[in-house]
Amino acid sequence: MCLAIPGKIVEISGDNAELALVDVVGVRRKIDLGLLQDDRPVPGDWVLIHVGFAMSKISECDALDQMNTLRALGEIDGAMQEVQGYGLEDEDDIEADDVETAQLKISDADLN
Amino acid sequence: MAHGAGGKASRKLVEGLFAPLLFGSTPGPLGDSAHIDINGSTVAITTDSFVVKPLRFPGGSIGELAVNGTVNDLAVSGARAEAVVVTFVLEAGLPTPVLEAEVRAMAKAARDAGVRIAGGDTKVVEHGKADQMYVTTTGIGRLLHGVTIDPSSVRVGDKILLSGPIGDHGITILLARGELDLEADLRSDTRSVLPLVETLVHAAGPGVRWMRDPTRGGAATSLNELARDCGLGMVLFEDQIPVRDTVRGACELLGLDPLHIANEGQFLAVVSPEYADAAINALSLAPGGGEAQVIGEVREQPAGTVLVTTRYGGSRIVDMLVGDPLPRIC
Amino acid sequence: MRFVDEFREPELISKTAEEIRRLAGSDRHYRLMEVCGGHTHAIYRFGLKDILPENIELIHGPGCPVCVLPMGRIDDGLSIAQNPDVIFAAFGDMMRVPGTQGSPLEHKARGMDVRIVYSPSDALKLARLNPEKHVMFFAIGFETTAPSTALTLMRAKAEGIHNFSVFCNHVTIIPAIRAILDSPDMRLDAFIGPGHVSTVIGCRPYEWIAQDQDKPIVVSGFEPLDMLQSIVMLLRQLKGREAKVENQYKRVVPWEGNRAALRAMAEVFQLRPYFEWRGLGFISQSALRLNDKYAAWDAEQRFEVPGIRVTDPKAAQCGEVLKGVLKPHQCKLFGRECTPEHPVGALMVSSEGSCAAYHNYEHRKAAMATSLTSIA
Repeated sequence: MCLAIPGKIVEISGDNAELALVDVVGVRRKIDLGLLQDDRPVPGDWVLIHVGFAMSKISECDALDQMNTLRALGEIDGAMQEVQGYGLEDEDDIEADDVETAQLKISDADLN
Repeated sequence: MAHGAGGKASRKLVEGLFAPLLFGSTPGPLGDSAHIDINGSTVAITTDSFVVKPLRFPGGSIGELAVNGTVNDLAVSGARAEAVVVTFVLEAGLPTPVLEAEVRAMAKAARDAGVRIAGGDTKVVEHGKADQMYVTTTGIGRLLHGVTIDPSSVRVGDKILLSGPIGDHGITILLARGELDLEADLRSDTRSVLPLVETLVHAAGPGVRWMRDPTRGGAATSLNELARDCGLGMVLFEDQIPVRDTVRGACELLGLDPLHIANEGQFLAVVSPEYADAAINALSLAPGGGEAQVIGEVREQPAGTVLVTTRYGGSRIVDMLVGDPLPRIC
Repeated sequence: MRFVDEFREPELISKTAEEIRRLAGSDRHYRLMEVCGGHTHAIYRFGLKDILPENIELIHGPGCPVCVLPMGRIDDGLSIAQNPDVIFAAFGDMMRVPGTQGSPLEHKARGMDVRIVYSPSDALKLARLNPEKHVMFFAIGFETTAPSTALTLMRAKAEGIHNFSVFCNHVTIIPAIRAILDSPDMRLDAFIGPGHVSTVIGCRPYEWIAQDQDKPIVVSGFEPLDMLQSIVMLLRQLKGREAKVENQYKRVVPWEGNRAALRAMAEVFQLRPYFEWRGLGFISQSALRLNDKYAAWDAEQRFEVPGIRVTDPKAAQCGEVLKGVLKPHQCKLFGRECTPEHPVGALMVSSEGSCAAYHNYEHRKAAMATSLTSIA
């Protein structure tokens, strides 16, 4: 289920500002904003479009976070080696949390 | 209904019914035109019907499709169209200006394509039939020198070329119907591909094994037909297939694959590796060929199949179309 | 395409696949179910199976609303549209799904007024434009789509448009997941959770899967990097012997869901006491119908329907494939009597149905691999 595509709001219209013209790389359609009335988008916002309705606003911040997390993945090995290098832990005992913490440290480092 | 859409159902109708009863002793795969020997000269002949709704759309109309479509069928079979005859089946009550507009469009398309409209016929049917008008064109031409189109000459290692971006025509029509309420700055790509075909033949003739214009059913259908006819695998590189952003956007929105969408101004060619560079260079320098690309190559496996591969190692099989491409929401 | 292309970056995909291989190791077999048909489609479209290690098995779940629709319901919808004053409007997905007398497209060829719409609001628009006709919208979909149908009905009511009705086949995802987990043949390690349904219902409804059934579930987006990242997150949970709900699709899925969408659904719909799911049987509280406030727009109340139950041929093993017990090619009819051109079961008709996806994308590759290994 659920073919939904990101689109950019170009302009708002309709009696109650419940319609919006969205643009998906040059393809345009009027969509219904009725499901986002609690958090109305404005022109320039990106929304997820499904069957002509906006389902959700797309968070650029979360998207960026995700990309950073993914980019840091390869560096986990480096982090693991670092942890192992101290000879303090068995490889099997390295918890998912440790890896995630190392990963967050790296992505923080990336951002700073 | 699905039998006209150009994919599996059409093929079944042609091969299962028409071929054995009508085409008699003609063996082998069905090409885009028939080559007939008349008193020692070989003449190419082809025919096609055009049914499109709406009649007029951004970039063209049924008249242009009717001329270019037949010129292109001849071109990709290695022939230069000399003359075309046309039949109109008109719905009673069709306003004269509509008909006139199409006749003018055909005249212009014929001039642009360098082909004569040598004659024609008209029939009128009752209101409610013929969707305003159906047009059939039959074209006759002489063979181009230096090229022989033969699917059985295709070899492992041959390159697959595409003259330009796919999907423009089919998506334009879909949008023009108005049912989906989508708008885009997009036009049909309808044009005669003869000049580009001649450029290709001139630069790489001896290496050209096969050509086709991927109309109904799209590039996937044409390549599946070739894969079936020669028993080899057509492996495409996804990021080398030219698709306009708007076409891509419309396809993503509607859940369609550009490889299944009709084109009216492009052609596919399979060229031997020795001639592939010369071929693509010549095409990309020619007017209207700037977006030509090598999109894949012929391999032994998967035999009889079209496979699309990605840079990260994923792949998927692309089959012939079953019926019209339908938008989906799931 | 923004928010699409970034998540298809080839190098990053390769890198994430490598991480998966590293995490998956080789000492055990992982069975992950992707619930949603959209995820099944993505797996095949992006060729993800080619880059996952052998010991990760992806099992296709029942989240395909077309696939689980009993044939009798299609017959019912089409019977209403036999009336020449009725326009049958539906998504493209429905057009080739066979009823006992043929599919909507086949009915169209025989003269029925059948229209493809992209949105339920387009169906309402048809009603506005054709006041002398009645437009019946054949609604399908999980919770992703139901709010849009609901909102459309609210607009129809507000505008006083009466030549419009909905034949409602909306179903809910949680009962389907429960049915899978209740199935005795099932052996699953974790779930790739539906991404777009979750934009509406949020992530809380999955908590029982982690807490009561002790299975990790990661709500996932649909691009290759989304699905691969979700698999990384699942593997980490499994290796850490954890079971929790995680949200990989944060850029779009709010943990609490979409209140406005849920309100619209509550305004218009009520739960059916039970509903038949093709392949899964009758499931209670698993489907929606229009409530009394919207009775005037309920096609089942405005029109007589035959309501005949149509059972699948015994040989069709749709149920087992839906539950992930059988792979598509293991069904006796697969590729023989049942193909995309002449589907016997709905899993072959819908392009996201496991069988169609497998047939279109996969089985020839499998045959190729077999032929290559048999040569070696």
